[in-house]
Amino acid sequence: MRVVYVDNNATTMVAPEVVEAMMPYFTEYYGNPSSMHTFGGQVAKKIDTARQQVADLVKADPSEIVFTSCGTESDNAAIWGILRANPQKRHIVTTRVEHPAVYNLCKYLVQNGYHVTELGVNSKGMLDIEELADAIREDTAIVSVMYANNETGVIFPIEEIGSIVKQKGSILHTDAVQAVGKIPLDLSKSTIDLLTISGHKLHAPKGVGALFVRKGITFTPFVIGGHQEKNRRGGTENVPSIIGLGKACELAKKHMAEEQTQVRPLRDKLENEILKRAPDARINGHKDYRLPNTTNLSFEFVEGEAILLLLNEKGICASSGSACTSGSLEPSHVLRAMGVPFTAVHGSVRLSLSRYNSAEDVDHIIEYLPPIIKRLREISPYGREIKERKQISEVSIRDIV
Amino acid sequence: MWDYSEKVKDHFFHPRNVGEIENPDAVGEVGSLACGDALKLMLKLDKSGHIIDVKFKTFGCGSAIASASALTEMIMGKTIDEAAKITDNDIAEYLNGLPEQKMHCSVMGREALEAAIANYRGQKIDKPIEEGTIVCKCFGVTDNKIAHAVREHKLTTIEQVTNYCKAGGGCRSCHPQIQAILDEIWQKEKEKAMFMQAKKSGKKLTNIQKMKLVQETIERDIRPILQADGGDIELIDVDGDRVMVSFRGGCVECPSSKVTLKSTVEARLREFVTDTLIVEEVTS
Repeated sequence: MRVVYVDNNATTMVAPEVVEAMMPYFTEYYGNPSSMHTFGGQVAKKIDTARQQVADLVKADPSEIVFTSCGTESDNAAIWGILRANPQKRHIVTTRVEHPAVYNLCKYLVQNGYHVTELGVNSKGMLDIEELADAIREDTAIVSVMYANNETGVIFPIEEIGSIVKQKGSILHTDAVQAVGKIPLDLSKSTIDLLTISGHKLHAPKGVGALFVRKGITFTPFVIGGHQEKNRRGGTENVPSIIGLGKACELAKKHMAEEQTQVRPLRDKLENEILKRAPDARINGHKDYRLPNTTNLSFEFVEGEAILLLLNEKGICASSGSACTSGSLEPSHVLRAMGVPFTAVHGSVRLSLSRYNSAEDVDHIIEYLPPIIKRLREISPYGREIKERKQISEVSIRDIV
Repeated sequence: MWDYSEKVKDHFFHPRNVGEIENPDAVGEVGSLACGDALKLMLKLDKSGHIIDVKFKTFGCGSAIASASALTEMIMGKTIDEAAKITDNDIAEYLNGLPEQKMHCSVMGREALEAAIANYRGQKIDKPIEEGTIVCKCFGVTDNKIAHAVREHKLTTIEQVTNYCKAGGGCRSCHPQIQAILDEIWQKEKEKAMFMQAKKSGKKLTNIQKMKLVQETIERDIRPILQADGGDIELIDVDGDRVMVSFRGGCVECPSSKVTLKSTVEARLREFVTDTLIVEEVTS
């Protein structure tokens, strides 16, 4: 069966070039980069190349890149690293729409005596900047605000946020796993102090990430062990994956323009055609301040898991914010924070593209998704009232004309 | 990714009896958009009380649609009384099992059926189970409903309660209350087990022990049953093996209260206190 993979905010295909670059580090160059012999030492040089490649993608200095095991570790390392380095400060500012890596860590911190201020978002998923300014206190150790939202693709004005954080004398961390590789970043002219990168969101393998720590930021290591990563992260380096992350960053930089010229038009076509063909649907999140690859659509009167199961039958891989797909009964905290009505949260579907998607992929979804919605609405006890009301208003308009 | 049985998938991809019946004899509606699932069940009966047509509409996930579809197959051709005996577990078993987290889908099926039967019999649809105090505000689940699920499915953890009736699956702020319900029920069960053991050991009860046991059994095992049907009972006196009670509420006017006196009140007291008890109704 033809597989149409549009769940790239969950994870991405490892680029063939990345796999190719990694292979020798399993078989041939398996030495430990910390070893004194040339066999191991030569690997350390390759890790430096990968560090340079990651730094180049976000315009950072290679010394500011620390390799980690994943985005979640980077988020934990950033927040714990700053809290432990500033033990007298016990306040954190974050948002209600963070990824669980930050969101649940902040919940844990609250249970352990820290104070957390969660900033709300409006119906478009945008932050209130004034609320942010008011939230930062003298004892605010760190402000952690994501760069782009994984569910809606909404991009926060991170530099504007950063300048306020700087004015108030605090430190800014941003979880940028969804942004890196999709939109250009320039950390050389930025107010960001710490930034999280995840490998598998940009066509590198799972199990590798990176944390940007700006020079001059006092930071206590999270994983304590050996002297690796200049004493900032213990543990023998995951060499093949680090090489893979470096290659993936190089490729992302090379293909960055395509995110706008190729991925965005596909996303826009997909979104527009589906909205045209499926009534009572809406876009979740700000239409303009959004990643080029993501669309989050809500279909009233139907439930997300049922949509996903039927899409799955057509080989289409997508996600939903519905309660039934979350493993718990709680629907998406992101859509709830935006005040999306319950009815629309349950019927939400996220389609996230990559540069590997084709026009045929998009046509395949346009062909199959609207009939699926129609079919589920025929089973649903809801929605008829609205249809009837619409018919009545159509009739009355016709009567008037 | 949920691990659905082939039968669940079959009923989801090819749901049976979808739609509505014109002039139905019974309609049962449960759930809401806010809850994330809802089911509307419609029945048509023949003169002999057999279900000759059944249709449903569901808003919900794969297993909610499958559970509703399975339920329609299960009750087709049955009498109302036969259909009334179907439990949550029957629906889940018919589908060759549901994932633990999805058991509430079969519960919704049974509830819609109950509502339809109540509607057919002209009873009020809000059952006592729906009454009580709301514990879970996110999904509007009452303490009675939680207690019912706990007893019926022998649930021991909050997570199980969430799987079966959704309570506690939202903001989690009601978890302490759910734990209290669990503790109360299982503490009572433990006491019950201890009584049973004491009874088995054949020791003769003292008068004080007997009176205490009679009182506790009435509170724990008899009053909730009668209250569920709008009635109640009061213990007036205990004299040797004679237990004197008086009916209250709906039981006073109920023609079958004499049967209840023997089949429920006396039977329970004999089970939990001693086999020689005789229960008498007195007016007071």
